[in-house]
Amino acid sequence: MDIFIQQLINGLTTGSVYAIVALGYTMVYGVIQLINFAHGEVVMIGAMVAFTVIMALVGMNLPIPPALIVFIGALAAIPVCMAIGYLLERLAYRPLRHAPRLAPLITAIGMSIILQHLALLLWGRDPRAFPQIMENVSFAIGGAAISTVQIAIILLSVAMMAGLTWFVYRTKFGIAMRAAAEDVRIAALMGIDANRVIAATFVIGAGLGAVAGVMVGTYYGIAHYTMGFTLGLKAFSAAVLGGIGNIAGAMAGGILLGLVEALGTGYISEISDLCHWPVVSGWLTDRCADGGNVVLFGSNYQDVFAFLVLILVLVFRPSGLLGERVAERA
Amino acid sequence: MNTAVKVLSLSVATALALLGCGKKEEAPKPAALAAAPAPAAPLPVTIKIGHVGPLTGGIAHLGKDNENGARLALDEANAAGIKLGGAPAKFELIAEDDQADPKVGNTVAQKLVDAKVVGVVGHLNSGTTIPASAIYNQAGIPMISGSATNPALTEQGFKNVFRVVGRDDQQGPAVANYLIAVAKPKLAAVIDDATAYGEGLANEVEKTLKEAGVKVLPREKGTDKTSDWKAVLTKLKGKKPDVVFYGGMDATGGPLLKQARELKINATFAFGDGACTDKMAELAGTAAEGLICSQAGIPVQAAGKKFLDAYKAKFGIDPILYSPFTYDAAWLLIEAMKKADSADPAKYLPALQSIQHDGASGHIEFDEKGDRKDAEMTIFTMKDGKVTPLAIIKGGKSLTLDEYAALSAAK
Repeated sequence: MDIFIQQLINGLTTGSVYAIVALGYTMVYGVIQLINFAHGEVVMIGAMVAFTVIMALVGMNLPIPPALIVFIGALAAIPVCMAIGYLLERLAYRPLRHAPRLAPLITAIGMSIILQHLALLLWGRDPRAFPQIMENVSFAIGGAAISTVQIAIILLSVAMMAGLTWFVYRTKFGIAMRAAAEDVRIAALMGIDANRVIAATFVIGAGLGAVAGVMVGTYYGIAHYTMGFTLGLKAFSAAVLGGIGNIAGAMAGGILLGLVEALGTGYISEISDLCHWPVVSGWLTDRCADGGNVVLFGSNYQDVFAFLVLILVLVFRPSGLLGERVAERA
Repeated sequence: MNTAVKVLSLSVATALALLGCGKKEEAPKPAALAAAPAPAAPLPVTIKIGHVGPLTGGIAHLGKDNENGARLALDEANAAGIKLGGAPAKFELIAEDDQADPKVGNTVAQKLVDAKVVGVVGHLNSGTTIPASAIYNQAGIPMISGSATNPALTEQGFKNVFRVVGRDDQQGPAVANYLIAVAKPKLAAVIDDATAYGEGLANEVEKTLKEAGVKVLPREKGTDKTSDWKAVLTKLKGKKPDVVFYGGMDATGGPLLKQARELKINATFAFGDGACTDKMAELAGTAAEGLICSQAGIPVQAAGKKFLDAYKAKFGIDPILYSPFTYDAAWLLIEAMKKADSADPAKYLPALQSIQHDGASGHIEFDEKGDRKDAEMTIFTMKDGKVTPLAIIKGGKSLTLDEYAALSAAK
């Protein structure tokens, strides 16, 4: 049971990160129906910038508490990622806004490759140890343990999601965003500056992504120029799971995906171990004797769960768990 | 058709006749020229030896270290005034960069063949060495790697391919036996990164553990890009293994070890040579302390003193990892040429196959596959952020660094 709770905590932590990254996908999709495949790389650059700033601060030996150093690192990463988000929209997507849908999609993949190689040039191909300067204390919960970093990630994610929800539903700019998401052309006719709203969507998503990058770096203790790719695809799956274009859906999808991944990875080899199946183990007596195992799927399927979920959602509920807009538009 | 052949042969014959006439006319030399001092000794012959390793990218420092080893050997050979076939031999190193990339490795291998090298030292990585070895084999050029540990390299049946380090199927049992001796485990967990290297090494470790009666949990796997090991480790935590072995590189092993300690898994951890680097300490921080890891071959500190001093004197730095092996590999080529009294690959290859040589990395003989006979393995531990040698395994016996030094000094 304590192991199960531990896996739930693991899943909740990674799920929170997925949720924050998924917001970047879903917001952009909501407004201009574009899947910004370069978003994962924005997250990676956030981690890299924070890494550089934190290392520099640690090198200076200033008398500031470690948590504050990480905070400054994240604070430095946010404007850099926001600028990249703005430039992506301005240079790569805006010129193609009225082009057939395939063109901006290909550009997005191109931008993802460009950003990855930019990071390769700037930070090298070596994996970087993300500085572990915050003291990581664990607290016991019913036999499982939750660390300060995990608590910080979950709390910060919840705060950011709440902040975004308030922004989108309670501010004037948020209303403009939702109007643009409903229909950009009609929103423009109503006097909304569509370009500004779209650019702001990119910038906000990138800012959230920067924080997610710092979270991932701190949590796993490693930063690398390729780290954004898989993370981006998983977050995209989370967004689709929740219903792409739907902000609450992205949050729910992210957390659900994190849980599925943690529990799946934790239990798949036991579930798929044929020796645990009464009927089948009878046929495999020679291989199951003395606690032998015939495992069909190992834990290396960890990265597969996200895409399995993606496929199942697309087959059985294309609009996602909370999404209605796709059906509305169709 | 027939006429064409006739015309062709006729013209060839005429050409030959003309050439022959020309030569005859030139043959009687003017007296003045004949009196010129005839060369008493034959001119020095330049013998080209290739070296390949990554000189750019993440492990460029290791590539340069390898190259330095080979360069040192060639410089010493040049200073020794070696004669082959009566002519003084001048050895020249042609160093190429394969970027640890198999595609580039094949390109530079072909480049070396075209440059008419008579032997190759390298490459560094198994991944680049194995495909390139086919190119050298086709060209009939002997090749000795000082660092490629994948068994597949010498299992291809190429007669011209050798290695002077141990193989992964020797390394796995060595590290597993050490674990058994130190931690006396009842239950072990084995994780790998699903690559040819990681999985192969993990299989060898698992086999040895099982043979010793240790119960091994079903294999857990990641990929060579996994950074999130929490779910896998949490599961292992529930099974409470005494030891955990991971077959993979330092980039994934670092986060694995760090996250394991965060989850308060107190098992003894052991990694293979891919994660037996100082980088581990950087990536895992204090969690790396006490890690056990292995390398195929002797630690650089245990190399011959003559080599260590000469290296330091020439390059101004200490050797890093595999340079004693590339130094030996280059000397092996030269010694074989000396024995055969020829730099012709076809002539000195048999001498290389049966060579016996005492080098910087100890005594070297090859078996019929081209592997080093009785290769040493070294077990390390992570101490104060540095990989520190604990024991050298030779001929099934575990020796300390001092014991090994005494043994090699006695020889």
